[in-house]
Amino acid sequence: MHKKNIRLINGILLIVVTIVLFAILPKIYNNNYLLFNLMLYIALSEGLNLIYGFTGYLPFGYVGFFGTGAYSASLLILLLHVGVIPAILLGGVAASVVGIILTPLLRLSGAYFAIANLAASQAIYYIISNPHLENITQGPYGIMLSSVYNAAASYNAMLLVLFFALVLVLFFRQSRFGLSLLSIKEDSITASVAGVNVVLARTIAWLLSAFVAGLCGGVFAWYTSVFYPETVFSLNISIFAIVFVLFGGASTLIGPLVGTVILYGMYNFIGISTPQYFQLIYGILIILLVLFLPDGVISLFKKVRKYVP
Amino acid sequence: MELFFYALISGVLFGIFFALVGIGLNLIFGVMRMVNLAHGDFIMLGAFGAWLIFNKLDINPLWSIPIEIVVFMIVGFFVYYAFVPRLSKSKDPEMLSFILFFGVAQVIEALAIFAFGNNQKSIPFSTLGQGSVTILSQPIPFAWLISAIISLIIIGFIYYYLYHTRMGYATRAIMSSQEEAASVGISVSKISAFAMGIGLSLAALAGVLAPFMIGSIDPSIGSSLTTMSFAIVVIGSLGNPIGTILGGIIYGIAMMFMQTYLASWTNLVPYVILILILLVKPAGLLGKKVRNA
Repeated sequence: MHKKNIRLINGILLIVVTIVLFAILPKIYNNNYLLFNLMLYIALSEGLNLIYGFTGYLPFGYVGFFGTGAYSASLLILLLHVGVIPAILLGGVAASVVGIILTPLLRLSGAYFAIANLAASQAIYYIISNPHLENITQGPYGIMLSSVYNAAASYNAMLLVLFFALVLVLFFRQSRFGLSLLSIKEDSITASVAGVNVVLARTIAWLLSAFVAGLCGGVFAWYTSVFYPETVFSLNISIFAIVFVLFGGASTLIGPLVGTVILYGMYNFIGISTPQYFQLIYGILIILLVLFLPDGVISLFKKVRKYVP
Repeated sequence: MELFFYALISGVLFGIFFALVGIGLNLIFGVMRMVNLAHGDFIMLGAFGAWLIFNKLDINPLWSIPIEIVVFMIVGFFVYYAFVPRLSKSKDPEMLSFILFFGVAQVIEALAIFAFGNNQKSIPFSTLGQGSVTILSQPIPFAWLISAIISLIIIGFIYYYLYHTRMGYATRAIMSSQEEAASVGISVSKISAFAMGIGLSLAALAGVLAPFMIGSIDPSIGSSLTTMSFAIVVIGSLGNPIGTILGGIIYGIAMMFMQTYLASWTNLVPYVILILILLVKPAGLLGKKVRNA
């Protein structure tokens, strides 16, 4: 069989196994909350992977899209009485619209982009949580979505979003489009000489990445049903996603998945009861990763096998 | 008009302090091209140093200044040799330094929680002098004035170091081109390690004054101080430490006017200024072209 087809099949198998596992697990394992959060962070990490892994832009304010999605979906449900599913989809669209507004940031490189993006997410947070907007966003007092609460349905919605995010990454990984993105990451001038439309490709990756985060936000809002601005704009969400991607290995399909399962599992084990120990271990882990394993744990497997999905 | 003058004067005083807050970050970036995302956490450590001196030894917190200069110089050397040489060899040092120092920030914050707990600590205003002074018929707390003067003196020393000493010349040579500096016989790693030490000491000294300017301190204030420092530095221009003074003053005045006239939107100021400046004039107001975006 053609090598490329084998790789594609490997990727599809990985996605199917992941989705089936998360579909079955709630029946045997009753910590629904943990499973939901695992899915949420895998989807978010894969979404962040679209932009960081494939273009090299580090969106430190990725949580801005997540929060925008959560708030847009909730406000559509509460104020305009839109159905839950369309509201979540529109939440994703709203996040992409924010992405469009922020596209000029893509002109900045490296750390400048990361800082500007971080500032943008904080700006959105301060606008939404401003007490002057209490009539619309309820300001700092948070959102109550208990009227539409449905644990099982929102769990399945998350499963769908996870599926979508994984398929997107697989597409990026296997297609010409993904390859052109990687060439831009390597050297944007050479890529444009070779006929790649640098600005367009980058913008598409950026907006898709924002869309995934927006969807995650919307589903999170539905599942949690009561939340505050600082919950959905917590910088920790960005940081978790970035560290999961880095730990696993950026620009692969399996990397963020492995990273999330290991690290979020660890967080669940020690992070909730003793957060400062977790923070310490996390910090040390990040330092060691950057110094000794900048391509993630997956790079260890790459030494043995040439290709990992 | 009363309010206007008050906002202007306090804005300038805070601006000078803010310049001190940002200048260490800028020095490190200028010399090493590394983004010290733990900058705010070093400020926090400096603040706790002053608090310890005041609370445990019961002497004026300003005595912590000489102690902290020595301590943070040593910490700076350690940080430099532990991370920077290895990082410089990697594929994308600037980006990776961003993530690495984020890890450092997490470690510092966790250790600070172990050491000092999660509670807010403060040093009473009166330790820097009682009452207030009248400038342009506006009552300004004496502590603010003292803090601004101390900041100005420290920045003066940095100016002298950079522009009137041999090591300062070497530092500026490395800022404009590391390779060329190395080729004329400047010991890049030694000068850079020294710059890291100075940068962290400056952060710590800003921390000593922080309890008087910003209010109570706790281990978690680091990250917001880092963002604030970035806003200040970027307004002035990344890689040009003296430009930071302009950045600080603009930031201080903008902050105070916002607080006076539109208080609930004050938190937005640093972020909005930061984004606007980055988009309109990415090199900063006084910047040369430092990168190709």
